[in-house]
Amino acid sequence: MNNVRFDAIVVGAGLSGNAAAYTMAKQGLNVLQLECGEYPGSKNVQGAILYAKSLEEIIPDFRENAPLERHVIEQRMWTMGDSSHVGMHYRSDDFNEEKPNRYTIIRAQFDKWFSREVREVGATLLCETTVTELLCDASGRVIGVRTDRNAGKVFADVVVLAEGVNGLVGQRSDLREEVESDQVALAVKEMHFLPHEVIEARFNLKGDEGVVIEAMGTITDGMTGTGFLYTNQKSISVGIGCIVSDFAESETTPYDLLEVFKNHPSIKPLIEGSECKEYASHLIPEGGYNAIPELYGDGWLVVGDAVQSVNSVHREGSNMAMTTGRIAGEAIVWLHRRRDEMTKANLAEYRKRLEDIFLMKDLKKYRKIPGFLESNNHVFTLYPELFSDAAQAWFRVDGTDKRSEEKQIVGSFRKSRSVLGLVGDAFKLARAWR
Amino acid sequence: MTYIPQEKGMRVEEKFYQNRYLVDAGRPHIKVLPHETPSKALLSMTHLCPAGCYELNERGQAEITAEGCMECGTCRIATAKTGDIEWNYQRGGFGVLYKFC
Repeated sequence: MNNVRFDAIVVGAGLSGNAAAYTMAKQGLNVLQLECGEYPGSKNVQGAILYAKSLEEIIPDFRENAPLERHVIEQRMWTMGDSSHVGMHYRSDDFNEEKPNRYTIIRAQFDKWFSREVREVGATLLCETTVTELLCDASGRVIGVRTDRNAGKVFADVVVLAEGVNGLVGQRSDLREEVESDQVALAVKEMHFLPHEVIEARFNLKGDEGVVIEAMGTITDGMTGTGFLYTNQKSISVGIGCIVSDFAESETTPYDLLEVFKNHPSIKPLIEGSECKEYASHLIPEGGYNAIPELYGDGWLVVGDAVQSVNSVHREGSNMAMTTGRIAGEAIVWLHRRRDEMTKANLAEYRKRLEDIFLMKDLKKYRKIPGFLESNNHVFTLYPELFSDAAQAWFRVDGTDKRSEEKQIVGSFRKSRSVLGLVGDAFKLARAWR
Repeated sequence: MTYIPQEKGMRVEEKFYQNRYLVDAGRPHIKVLPHETPSKALLSMTHLCPAGCYELNERGQAEITAEGCMECGTCRIATAKTGDIEWNYQRGGFGVLYKFC
């Protein structure tokens, strides 16, 4: 491996790394991709929902052979109290379309498939190879990487860092700061297996239709976070995640939190009788726009979770990762064809292209949301209980006249959060949302 | 919230015993640096680690048994400011191997 030179080296074989490697190799660049796991996907964790559009732009006919679980026809948004949930469900037969918009996936399988596609267009993949550091020339320009495979060095015109949320290689070379503990969520998840007909009966599905549930409320024990439950073909992904600094302040363990979520009366019947075959944990960068680090420099670019490109409001991350990877790949191909050097000034093209599309626009739009949620924890504690009490007062028929019921509901909101507090919350949320 | 007692205090080993790991015997990728008393951040890892890898020994110092580690990096970020641990990627091929996630 010594002294071999490539057009580009991609560090990591997750979604962003695969998107970058595929884009460049398909356009004829000589690409080396390095992955520390035994196979691509062996260390990659996600909910997981795949947004088709971002993959279509890389592999238009991916539906023909990608391992997809179920296409999502129903989204349930739940606000959970201790023994209840108030839900907003949206289900539409329109989602049963020729080219569905969202799918549930299992990353270990999906990433293996994506990686095969990457190799088919000509990229070289080396697994079980951990990149230990960036190699720089005297001017500080990145010229390659050192790996733990016989301390081998490999060289390239440009290094694409797709190293994930724990972006150690970039951090150790001072390309970016350490992620703050209030900018990252810790999520734990389990895979529960059930026969597909049981899943279909429980969720009112047929064929490949799927349901996803996103939940917030007292399930996170006062911390900023959410729970989720996604239907796969023969399994259910169930998990919960909260901001790391909140976890650190609490005394809750992540696995206790997940156990309580799984045993919530609204969740328990959905996974009853299932067999849990895997338990995983992962960090999700949630710092948003304000946490985005330097994206490029002399001889390097960074893509995916290491960029903090996650839209936590819309639960979008994998599409953002693939898009940063694709755009980085396209920018490099464009420079390569022009025979331009991979300098910082030229690689600015990458950021420019990200600014032009939904990616930076969306992250910018929601730049104040992480701060809003962090400083307004009652959104996760008080409101869910208020909603639940209100719904219960409304639906329970116990001889109370309707006017008194309404009064009681309004009164409970006022009492717990004062009119000013309520108006203030609405105003702050609207401002952060805008 | 009101915890249902039997769900609390479960052994985390019961959770990850089905996971697949290739343990890099004798070469742990996370080391706790020598200390007299653990910092608040290091101490928080005894409940924060999703694999329950951190425990206090009889002298009140934090120790790590990293066999069940899922390489999430929570301890790396939680202790970044206090510098209590040394965190590295696993050597190529070692560590957790997810099949279903």
